[in-house]
Amino acid sequence: MLAGRSLIDPSDFTREEFREIFDLAHQIISNPEKYSKSCEGKILATLFYEPSTRTRFSFEAAMLRLGGKIIGFSEPNSSSAAKGESIADTIRTIECYADIAVMRHPKEGAPRVAGQYITMPLINAGDGGHQHPTQTLTDILTIERLKGNVENKVYGFCGDLKFGRTVHSLIKFLSNYEGVKFILISPEELRVPEYIREEIIKKNGIPFKEVEKMDPYMGELDFLYMTRVQRERFFNEEDYIRLKDRFILDMDKMKYAKEDTYILHPLPRVNEISIEVDADPRAQYFVQAKNGMFVRMALILKLLGIY
Amino acid sequence: MLEITSIEKGIVIDHIQAGYGIQLFNYLKLDKAEYSVALIHNAFSQIMGKKDIIKINNAIDIDYDFLGLIDPNITINIIENGKITEKVKLEVPKVVKNIIICKNPRCVTSIETYFDQVFHLVDKEKRSYRCEYCDDIVIPYPK
Repeated sequence: MLAGRSLIDPSDFTREEFREIFDLAHQIISNPEKYSKSCEGKILATLFYEPSTRTRFSFEAAMLRLGGKIIGFSEPNSSSAAKGESIADTIRTIECYADIAVMRHPKEGAPRVAGQYITMPLINAGDGGHQHPTQTLTDILTIERLKGNVENKVYGFCGDLKFGRTVHSLIKFLSNYEGVKFILISPEELRVPEYIREEIIKKNGIPFKEVEKMDPYMGELDFLYMTRVQRERFFNEEDYIRLKDRFILDMDKMKYAKEDTYILHPLPRVNEISIEVDADPRAQYFVQAKNGMFVRMALILKLLGIY
Repeated sequence: MLEITSIEKGIVIDHIQAGYGIQLFNYLKLDKAEYSVALIHNAFSQIMGKKDIIKINNAIDIDYDFLGLIDPNITINIIENGKITEKVKLEVPKVVKNIIICKNPRCVTSIETYFDQVFHLVDKEKRSYRCEYCDDIVIPYPK
């Protein structure tokens, strides 16, 4: 039963519970009209302590397309956080007004703290460089629609794997499935955190390589998950400048990829994927963004116990 | 040879890795104790070479989780009428609360501190722990 539960980390739900969400998302895509009044009378609160375009808009669009309403703030300066209010006090107040909440916060673990103080469902919409479980829902729905299932595939992850929360959540999710392999492409300084390598990948016996070049591995991949080197995660601007242009996917590199290797990216993109790649049918990142709304509709319906 | 008289009723914390006795002493707030307490640093040990010992001449509650976290090989002897009446076997705790502080500057615990700081055991041999909130892995007391 997902009703009343929160999604803070991909390990919060079982494979079967995720299956329920994806099945509903596929049904919503087939017949969105059927769900257009499902959330009438319900309110979704969006607490965004950090900027967001896709995630916030897709949650808000998801709730509106379900017939519900939204309240919230899109930057902390327009909330009591600017006055020094704690996360616990803010979320307890929001619970008085809303049925379900979404939180993005620059500090890692902030949604976990918030969840300890409320009983309404709470969704982590990204906490610092830690986790972003609903981006993973988006990614998995896209993978399923492109290849049917997530099993028995080689996944390449490229760019900032250290602070890339979307990477951490997706690896955590995929590590529960049979036959997956990871090729982790990054500069040494931006490799996945120790807990991902030791506690998730190695403990689940997933074959993986950590490499610093993209070209030699392009031909092995079923999916290439590109990520942006995020300026906001660096304490030192020099490090950011040194690392930001290390991996750029262009049509020269795409020549090494198979005809059915798909390119995913959580967006926003800066320059890590050349614009010319957008026209290639293997580039699926804007499809991914659209799927994000549908899967968030499914998640809201499940957590509110409506479906 | 330095001699510390034996105690009548209390606790002897033995086989503390040399150098860690002072941390334990401070954590147990023994500097504020009104009963007699001895911290012996670099005592000779056949097994360990050097060790620290703490003798507490009073029956007090000890946080065994903290001792197990520092070193599960520490020996605790409970003394009654000048004799050992109980030996406590320590274990590396699976969960520790409010003992370790997360050092990840990106962790929520770096800005908000009104809730428990919780860490979960990752590797018993290394005695490494994972922060409940940010998943950062630390080895709070390296061997």
